[in-house]
Amino acid sequence: MTDFVQLWVYLASTPLFGLNATLVVYLLALAFYTRMRQAPWANPVLWSLVVLGAGLHATGTAYPTYFAGAQFIHFLLGPAVVALAWPLWQRRAELRARWGRFTLAAVAGGAAAAGSAVGLAWALGLPSEVMLSLAPKSVTAPVAMGIADKLGGSPSLAAVFAVVTGLVGALSAKPLFALLGIGKDATGWMARGFALGTAAHGIGAARALQVHPDAGAWAALALGLQVVTAALLIPLAARWF
Amino acid sequence: MQALQGLAILLTLQSAGEALSRLLQLPYPGPVIGMVLLLGALRWQAVQVRVQTVASFLLDHLSLLFVPVGVGVITQFGLVAEHGLRLLVVIVVSTWIGLAVTALVLRRLMKTTSP
Repeated sequence: MTDFVQLWVYLASTPLFGLNATLVVYLLALAFYTRMRQAPWANPVLWSLVVLGAGLHATGTAYPTYFAGAQFIHFLLGPAVVALAWPLWQRRAELRARWGRFTLAAVAGGAAAAGSAVGLAWALGLPSEVMLSLAPKSVTAPVAMGIADKLGGSPSLAAVFAVVTGLVGALSAKPLFALLGIGKDATGWMARGFALGTAAHGIGAARALQVHPDAGAWAALALGLQVVTAALLIPLAARWF
Repeated sequence: MQALQGLAILLTLQSAGEALSRLLQLPYPGPVIGMVLLLGALRWQAVQVRVQTVASFLLDHLSLLFVPVGVGVITQFGLVAEHGLRLLVVIVVSTWIGLAVTALVLRRLMKTTSP
């Protein structure tokens, strides 16, 4: 028995463990999601987090130990943000013809999400550090952390809020869109995908991509637009207050 | 080979973005500037063919990339629990407002002016 414990301690202390566990748990969660016919509640990110979080808790593994391996996956978020130029480029003809409308929708949605978050937080009496960290929550996590840091909020809180926001969007978008009467025609898929990319960033965009390829493409486009407009406007807007 | 070259292009532009962000003290994170630089560079076909594979791969598996941060969220859940239900209400309601406003505004704009 002690041999096993020693082996576990050794494995858990190398970066291999965090990397391997993340990849395998995610693939299992993805297989489960496919088997559940992509039901929103079976979201692969959500279940990966639950399983990995429970695993770390049960084995008493510290988060930094896990992250030593998982950072290799985390690191790819940077190049992935750069890669968002690709879907923008692919849709450049539509973007050039209707850029005003897309930008207006992205700014309106982003402002509504950020504004309502800060307004509600203020109304409910949450501290200002929390309020400032809530502002960029609809932007993808690595960018949100950067913005929160520049605003004087907390980057780790911003990452928490961004991930929870993405999950809320991915889990509840379907009934919400049905309630609003957003259809499943070409315009409907555009509105659904674009809204998920704008208000629920990468996790929402990934959900859109799994549901319908068109919705996914619009979500990726919205994600790219949101990153640029939010990075541009939130620091400016914060200066007025 | 092309995928590897594509990755090198993404990393180079990200580094250039980080350098510009720091040197010019811009309020934008490095990867965002890298994305704008790539949008300009995609006019060249040599860049297109190399970036295509690796960009599609990264974006297809985007949700995996959030897992390491997300696990941190679970271990940091005390931060959220500290402010309790109020914080959760703020996040859920503002996400719904953001989704609804974006979808309704875009649908309205597309309906009024497209033939």
